[in-house]
Amino acid sequence: MIIAATLAIFVAMILAIIRGIAGPTLYDRILAVNMFGTKTVLLISLLGFVMGRPEFLDIAIVYALINFISVIGVLRYSDTDQFKHIPSNKKSTEKEL
Amino acid sequence: MDIVITIVSGLCLFIGSFLCISGAIGILRFPDFYTRIHAVGVTDTLGAGMILIGLMMHSTDFLVFSKLVMVLLLTLLISPTTSHVLAKAALHNGLMPDSSPNGPEQSKNKEAASSNP
Amino acid sequence: MVVVAIAIIRMKDLFAVVMLSGIYSLLSASFFVAMDAVDVAFTEAAVGAGISTLLMLVVITMTGHKENTTRHKPLPALIAVVITGGLLIYGTLDMPYFGSADAPIHSHVASRYVTDSMQEIGVPNIVTSVLASYRAFDTFGEVVVIFTAGIGVLALLAVARRPEDVEEIDSINDSMHEQHLVIRIVTKMLIPFILLFALYVQFHGDFGPGGGFQAGVIFAAAIILYAMLFGLSTARKVINQGFIHLIAAVGVLIYGSVGIASMLNGGNFLDYNVLAIDPIAGQHLGILLIEWGVGCTVASTMIIIFFNFAGRREMQQYNENKLNKS
Repeated sequence: MIIAATLAIFVAMILAIIRGIAGPTLYDRILAVNMFGTKTVLLISLLGFVMGRPEFLDIAIVYALINFISVIGVLRYSDTDQFKHIPSNKKSTEKEL
Repeated sequence: MDIVITIVSGLCLFIGSFLCISGAIGILRFPDFYTRIHAVGVTDTLGAGMILIGLMMHSTDFLVFSKLVMVLLLTLLISPTTSHVLAKAALHNGLMPDSSPNGPEQSKNKEAASSNP
Repeated sequence: MVVVAIAIIRMKDLFAVVMLSGIYSLLSASFFVAMDAVDVAFTEAAVGAGISTLLMLVVITMTGHKENTTRHKPLPALIAVVITGGLLIYGTLDMPYFGSADAPIHSHVASRYVTDSMQEIGVPNIVTSVLASYRAFDTFGEVVVIFTAGIGVLALLAVARRPEDVEEIDSINDSMHEQHLVIRIVTKMLIPFILLFALYVQFHGDFGPGGGFQAGVIFAAAIILYAMLFGLSTARKVINQGFIHLIAAVGVLIYGSVGIASMLNGGNFLDYNVLAIDPIAGQHLGILLIEWGVGCTVASTMIIIFFNFAGRREMQQYNENKLNKS
């Protein structure tokens, strides 16, 4: 059963990568990376149990924290005008601070 | 007693992986960014919780059990916060949810016609 | 992984490239986990997917995120790469099969480490014992390289702030952060946990995966999280910059002093057997001290690099503001 769950999480990760490469807007890609990160946490925990070495849970904890910090970092530094989402027919040159 | 634990744990793992796969299919097929946040945020948290509870019943050592509890608490705290932050940043930067019932193309035309806030 | 690598090369939007390189680092970390190399996966996850992505993001917000199209035809470069790659692959055909039991790497040195490490050093984690005791001199080189990188960033990127600008920059920082209320509260709950976890990883490196490098990165990640959400100026008040520079140097100094203390006690440089009455206790003491030195230097170097990158960006935004207003 654990092996089946591992394969399911792996399939979910592949689907998330597809969205990450093909996402039309920037925020789709950030969402895909975040989802990939939480699935990696689960994958590492499951692999630890499959291979009989529960020390992998330390990596899972670190990875959950690092994922959180990366997404917060991306969003914190996105309030410059390069990240404004430009609708397809209009250009905006305003800067907000 | 042993077989009850195995069955319950297997059930939790099955529900968890089903939720995770449906979340992944959702991120591919939903039409708009805000709907995709719904798909990922809800199913990620609940699916991760179910899988971790299923694993907790398999563990024998107290240290492993407490580490799994920590991962579960962290995930429950972090996932909804990330969805909130992502949606807030996208809205703040101008990505508008499409509000028309006919799909994204119509609302992009409407957006171009009205002024930019 | 090949798919992600090809996508990274072909994409023009640098921001997507940063995201995809984060995914690539994660895939590598999962790969290492599948190959049962836990310590390497730990370090790869912490550094590659976390700190690298953050630092590259700060840089991208300063430089713009469209990649310039190359003007020259890359055909000669492609031929050179293909020939070199082909020669390298031809060279590896002679090597023993990956993971075979009679390869030289597995039969001479590694087997001695595996069989003798427990008696000679008494630490269950063989990776830590190789890193910190058998190969301590190499690790010393690594720590000095990290420290040099920190000094390099300081020398190139430190921006002196004029005192009359400091209050204006601080007030801009404060006003921008009032809107992030939810994350601030969640982060306030998480940061003590992350710091405590960094200390756990540091001292648990003897028994499980961990050690100084990973602990330093996690500690720096907690401080960076605080600095991102509460403003660079508040973080500067909490973590004094001069103190951090001092700690970076002190880490390398601790490492070197352990070596010198061994020499003063009659052994070779970085020979821990002479540090205490019992050789095993000497090994434990030596490993503890040098891991502490490594953790200090890595954490403070990451903090220095982040603060300098972000400080540059702050000055750039502030100067642009002044230009726009006048």
